[in-house]
Amino acid sequence: MYEVSELRKGLKIEIDGAPYEITDFTFAKPGKGQAIYRCKLRNLVTGSTQDKTYRSGDKVDQPSLAQRDLIYSYQDAEHYVFMEKETYEQIMVEAAALKDQHYFLIEDMEVKVLFFNDKAIEVSLPNFIEKRIVETEPGVRGDTATNVSKPAKLDNGYEIAVPIFINEGDVIRIDTRDGSYNGRVNS
Amino acid sequence: MAALIPDRPMRGGCAADCAPLAPFANVLQARHRLLQAIRAYFCARDYLEVETPVRIPRPALEDHIDAEPSGDCWLRTSPELHMKRLLASGYPRLFQLGPCFRKGERGARHHPEYSMLEWYRAGADYQDILEETRELVRHVAQAVIGTTQLPGTNGPINVSGEWPLLSVREAFVRYAGWDPVTECDPQRFDLDLMDRVEPALPMDRPTVLIDYPAYLGALARRKPDAPELAERWELYLDGLEIANAYSELIDPVEQRARFKACAEGRAARGQEVYGVDEAFLSALEHMPSAGGIALGVDRLLMVLTGRRDLDDVLPFRND
Repeated sequence: MYEVSELRKGLKIEIDGAPYEITDFTFAKPGKGQAIYRCKLRNLVTGSTQDKTYRSGDKVDQPSLAQRDLIYSYQDAEHYVFMEKETYEQIMVEAAALKDQHYFLIEDMEVKVLFFNDKAIEVSLPNFIEKRIVETEPGVRGDTATNVSKPAKLDNGYEIAVPIFINEGDVIRIDTRDGSYNGRVNS
Repeated sequence: MAALIPDRPMRGGCAADCAPLAPFANVLQARHRLLQAIRAYFCARDYLEVETPVRIPRPALEDHIDAEPSGDCWLRTSPELHMKRLLASGYPRLFQLGPCFRKGERGARHHPEYSMLEWYRAGADYQDILEETRELVRHVAQAVIGTTQLPGTNGPINVSGEWPLLSVREAFVRYAGWDPVTECDPQRFDLDLMDRVEPALPMDRPTVLIDYPAYLGALARRKPDAPELAERWELYLDGLEIANAYSELIDPVEQRARFKACAEGRAARGQEVYGVDEAFLSALEHMPSAGGIALGVDRLLMVLTGRRDLDDVLPFRND
């Protein structure tokens, strides 16, 4: 259990059996009155958001969360399979926990997987990965403007906006946190 | 003067943590000006500047104010009880500037350690204190920023004009749709005060919420002709609660009963229950009728400089 006075931005809590992260937090209190703790919450499983207000004296449940360092192995029909580095234990993660992150998985990649009551709910990839562009309109020679973009595709079908000068076959760096183009990798 | 406070923070000195605070070179200089102006105001009016203990064995019992422990004592949440003991021993005009501490209070408008100005005047009531507060705010605005127009976040706030008084009852009936004087609901009161009443207060001038329900009177006396009300007001500047004033309760029997009720409430809510300050209660028997007030110095500096975040006016931001 957390005391309300322990609440802060970034803390993970549990409400009615679901895990939430506090994404925004404000403390308010009339001088002689009771403290009010206003939280914006994000459900760690569904991603939905909601507001919640606590008062002084309230108690807040602490979720059973564990983070493990795992290695990505391969994809089978419905799951992504990860491996524990030391024990070689195989761990199946449902596609839903990965959301769009599955486009950026690379074999043998080290990831952090968050478990809630032993079920994987969130996979954190390295912030940047490198991928090859397999499909895009030809680039314009000499045009190095980065503020004009065009669509491009990765080998797994992921569509990404890239600058005009990127060509098929180029390797680019992608920010996995928002899936955006970050730069061309010199090759 | 120039040599006293360097414009640029000194390398390695405490001012290195000091952010700029327009129109001043930095936070330290702004605070210096404000403290000087406050002292000048009270010294010109024959007030005695006092210091009372910061580390105390028994903090004042309040429903929702928690003290920070300090060894086998507590850090004061207000110097109120000690200043009233001085009033009772014959000093009629007292003021104090200094730190107060409140456990768990941290936000854009709260810091667990902050600077409080309190003053007490024998023979005065809350209306007299209001008149003095008007003069003080005008004086410090003129002295610190050179004008009585504060740079409010929604446009200037003129502190030299009228200060409208709004009774708590009227404010709640108008903005929250219920009468907290006839309906005793402290929990709903706090929520509606923050969500409905405070946001509706006029922002272009100071606003005074006055005459609280007696059950929210804390250490204020009841209104002689309307005992369901307490002689208490709160000043709002730029939507921010700046000061809380009372006609002080000087009846030791009623004060003891209020402390007892407060202690029971705190125990029921699982809060720390502080011992009753018997020295204060004995002093009350000799205390003259008086008005008194607590004013947040950091918040006053926020409204003088048009800031919305307390951190902007603190000399150090190290927590």
